[in-house]
Amino acid sequence: MENTGFSLLTLVLFLPLVGFTILLFIREQQESAIKWTAFGTSLVTFVASLLLWIGFNNQEAGLQFVQRGEWLPSYGISYYVGIDGLSLLMVILTTFIMPIAILSSFNSHIFHERGRVKLYYLFMLLLEWAMIGVFVAQDLVIFYIFWEVTLVPMYFLIGIWGAERRIYAAIKFFLYTMAGSILMLLAILYVGIQAGTFAVPEIIAGIQNGTISFAFDGLFSTQSFLFLGFFIAFAIKVPIWPLHSWLPDAHVQAPTAGSVILAGVLLKMGTYGLVRFCLPLYPEASVAWAPVIAVLAVIGIIYGAWVSYAQTDVKKLVAYSSVSHLGFVVLGIFALNAQGIEGGILQMVNHGISTGGLFLLVGMLYERRHTKDIAAYGGIWKALPLFGAISLVVTLSSMGLPGLNGFIGEFTILLGAFGSDVLGFFYAMFATIGVILAAVYMLYMFQKVYLGELDKEENKNLPPLMWNEIAVLIPILIAIFLIGLQPAPFFNTMNASVGELVAHVGQFVTTVAQAVP
Amino acid sequence: MFEAPSFSSLNLDVALPGIFLAGWATLLLIVDLFIPKERRRLTVWLALAGIAVTFVLNLVMYNRHEEAFKGMFIADPFSGFLNIVILLTAIMGILLSVDYLRRTGIERGEFYSLILFTTVGMIFMAGANDLISVFVALELLSIPLYVLSAFRAPDLKSEESGLKYFIMGAFASAFFVFGAAMVYGATGTTNLPEIFSALGGLGQPGGPSVFLMILGAGLIIVGLGFKVAAVPFHMWTPDVYEGAPTPVTAFMSVGAKAGGFAALLRILIVGLPILTVNEQAAAAWQTTLWLIAAATLILGNIVAISQSNVKRMLAYSSIAHAGYILMAVAAAGTPGIGDQAAQAALVYLLSYMFTNMGAFAIALSIEKDDGSGTGIDDFKGLGKSRPLMAAMMSVFMLSLTGIPLTAGFMGKWLVFQAAIQANLIPLAIIGVLTSVVSAFYYARIIINMYFGEGEGDSAEGATSYVRWTVYVAFAGTVLLGVAPMLVTTLTDRVSLAVSMLP
Repeated sequence: MENTGFSLLTLVLFLPLVGFTILLFIREQQESAIKWTAFGTSLVTFVASLLLWIGFNNQEAGLQFVQRGEWLPSYGISYYVGIDGLSLLMVILTTFIMPIAILSSFNSHIFHERGRVKLYYLFMLLLEWAMIGVFVAQDLVIFYIFWEVTLVPMYFLIGIWGAERRIYAAIKFFLYTMAGSILMLLAILYVGIQAGTFAVPEIIAGIQNGTISFAFDGLFSTQSFLFLGFFIAFAIKVPIWPLHSWLPDAHVQAPTAGSVILAGVLLKMGTYGLVRFCLPLYPEASVAWAPVIAVLAVIGIIYGAWVSYAQTDVKKLVAYSSVSHLGFVVLGIFALNAQGIEGGILQMVNHGISTGGLFLLVGMLYERRHTKDIAAYGGIWKALPLFGAISLVVTLSSMGLPGLNGFIGEFTILLGAFGSDVLGFFYAMFATIGVILAAVYMLYMFQKVYLGELDKEENKNLPPLMWNEIAVLIPILIAIFLIGLQPAPFFNTMNASVGELVAHVGQFVTTVAQAVP
Repeated sequence: MFEAPSFSSLNLDVALPGIFLAGWATLLLIVDLFIPKERRRLTVWLALAGIAVTFVLNLVMYNRHEEAFKGMFIADPFSGFLNIVILLTAIMGILLSVDYLRRTGIERGEFYSLILFTTVGMIFMAGANDLISVFVALELLSIPLYVLSAFRAPDLKSEESGLKYFIMGAFASAFFVFGAAMVYGATGTTNLPEIFSALGGLGQPGGPSVFLMILGAGLIIVGLGFKVAAVPFHMWTPDVYEGAPTPVTAFMSVGAKAGGFAALLRILIVGLPILTVNEQAAAAWQTTLWLIAAATLILGNIVAISQSNVKRMLAYSSIAHAGYILMAVAAAGTPGIGDQAAQAALVYLLSYMFTNMGAFAIALSIEKDDGSGTGIDDFKGLGKSRPLMAAMMSVFMLSLTGIPLTAGFMGKWLVFQAAIQANLIPLAIIGVLTSVVSAFYYARIIINMYFGEGEGDSAEGATSYVRWTVYVAFAGTVLLGVAPMLVTTLTDRVSLAVSMLP
């Protein structure tokens, strides 16, 4: 299974870096060459990642496309990549969002003000490389390296091309997420030293056959501290209430493409980490802490929705809606059953598409009017009918309307939470309130911005959509309908992997019941 | 009683790199007198050639493990690796000095000889296997540095720098000698392996006195703590670093640290690992170093936040980085961790060397001829005026923060690993949290260069010598971050604690 020669996965991972290197040698003045190189690279990466999906065997639970090579042998660290169903979907989501994000910035006004086109696309490709790396790394150290590296390009994207308060937002983003992840570094070291390896599959195998175990005898034991070391890093990234305060700042100040990537992929790194590392490495602690975390998730669902409703800034509204939506994902994951986790994973994809789409739409409005104030809009549908119609679909998808993608994910999560051994009826019930609130704030936003009278002079002569704006919205619409009407291929892809994970975690439920009364 | 040793029994070839460089430095001092003023460059090239030869000699001898001067000096991979760090620092320090000395009007030939002499001191420090030779090397390291700090005289800040460094340094040496005397009093020897053997009978009748040993070890730690700028012996650092000519600051921030840590690690790991209060426990000095490391990390990182001058900021940052290396030293106190901790400290020193020399080189580029222009605000807009330099400075700052794919991450990674392996988890937690604090002030440089408004300095100090130093530092920083195995193959051979095996 482990090959050292050519690997499609390694190719997908390093394609963005190839584009990055090419970009380095293009001169700053050749703007269109820079843009098209960046876009072309991300498109080729997307196609290559689709080949991964075609070659992927749905029946197999373990890792596929594995490649392993030595990196720092004397310290037990290896370049170890591989994907299962979960990783595959996240990789595809990344490679799907990136060309969209890059294409959407082609004609952006930010370059008139701030310039540095080349630097911008360099950071884009660096970011794509690091994000794919996070989703395919199977060695804890390699994972951590990619995880931290994603911070740097995003920090620059916000700091250089962001809005008025970009410096504050950039530094807050950087420090907040670094503070979380650096404790994970210690936990990784501890796990690596105890287990004698940093390779995740080997550690999990060791836990299953009893050669590796992290002492667990309650909510505060060695295993729980290790679990929390990882969990806090992921929780800040997701973000789980009450660790979300960096998110609105980062989202609102980031340039459009930055927000799209942030919502589309970066936040998913957190939820991905929960499924990939927290659950299998610390099954007992996961079971023990599940109710606590689920409560936080439910609070996040309702809080995020509530705060969204109160916003006057349309970008902030979408930002807070992320807190609510990702609350659902976390709830699904910590239901610790197949339905919940599968729903959670699908909802990660859905949120990436829908919220990414919403940020694109907000960005397009901002390009035309240079304000994010909801009150400045109204009747946009009349001014830009096509734009209004697309916006309606994306908004409904984000709300979770049946037939569109959001519904499938949320519904499966609620089923999972309801039938869960560790959660139950009340969690599902309160989460359902969040679904209703989502309809409230989304429709409120839609009504204020798109419907009503076209009474503001500035809104009457908005320029129509440009070719690249239409080009980025079409794939979003296709994905929304595809997942909404045909979710089966997505579930099939992750079925086997999730099944194995649930079986692995499930065998610890009774041990935990004895340890934690 | 006293018998003169035969010449051949001294094993002089083992200490060849140091001896060669010492001879070369002396010759250079004389030769320089005959070089006309307008051909001053020749001195530079001669100095560099001497270091280059020493570098090659050192690489040739890297794998040897032999003693010289009747056991007072030892050549092993530990000293071999440190010599690499020290000699690279010296090369970069000289390259940075060439045009800087010219444009600030302090170009004098002795400068390069002094650099070579202090480098020799560092090399002997790395190989010193006896408290006496540590002391001699320490003085040889320090005295030229006092002069170099004041090289900008009659500039007041530079004079203050030299005088302050001298007085503090003299105190530190005194502490060290006093400590060495205590250890000698307890064990009857100054040779490190012999001290180790004598400690086997610690506290037993006729054996070394626990009181004298603890006191002696404590004073030695204080003396070397001054040299490496550990809290609470750090007070001199910011003033000296700010006042000294910038190339000297860059050179001593790494070189003096390498020398100090070399002695500290060798004395503690070779000589005193079993200085314990009760059997099977960690060494008695571990707690002391734990506290010093924690204080150094916290104070260095927090005070650095409020600095507005980049040289002072880097001074506090250098205190903070001493704290990370001290984490490794403290970890060495746990039985069985000694070698791993020493290796971590070595990798850390190398990574700090590349990164810090690069950062100082860029600070030096924007410095004006009168020594002004080193404020944090002077970096504003550098991303526009000098994009390449700003990009590299960003990488240096990220490396000092410890972001992956840079040398700084590998250093921190290994140091934290050693600390956790030694079960010093609270210290490791302090270490990572202060790293987050450090991100704040390093990021501020990046903010000024890229995010803010401003025209940007033209960085006229970035002459070709300086630029090449930056490129080398950048290459080292990235290479060590991406391909650390290139360095760990060298450090894997480092073994200080062999004597602990029965």
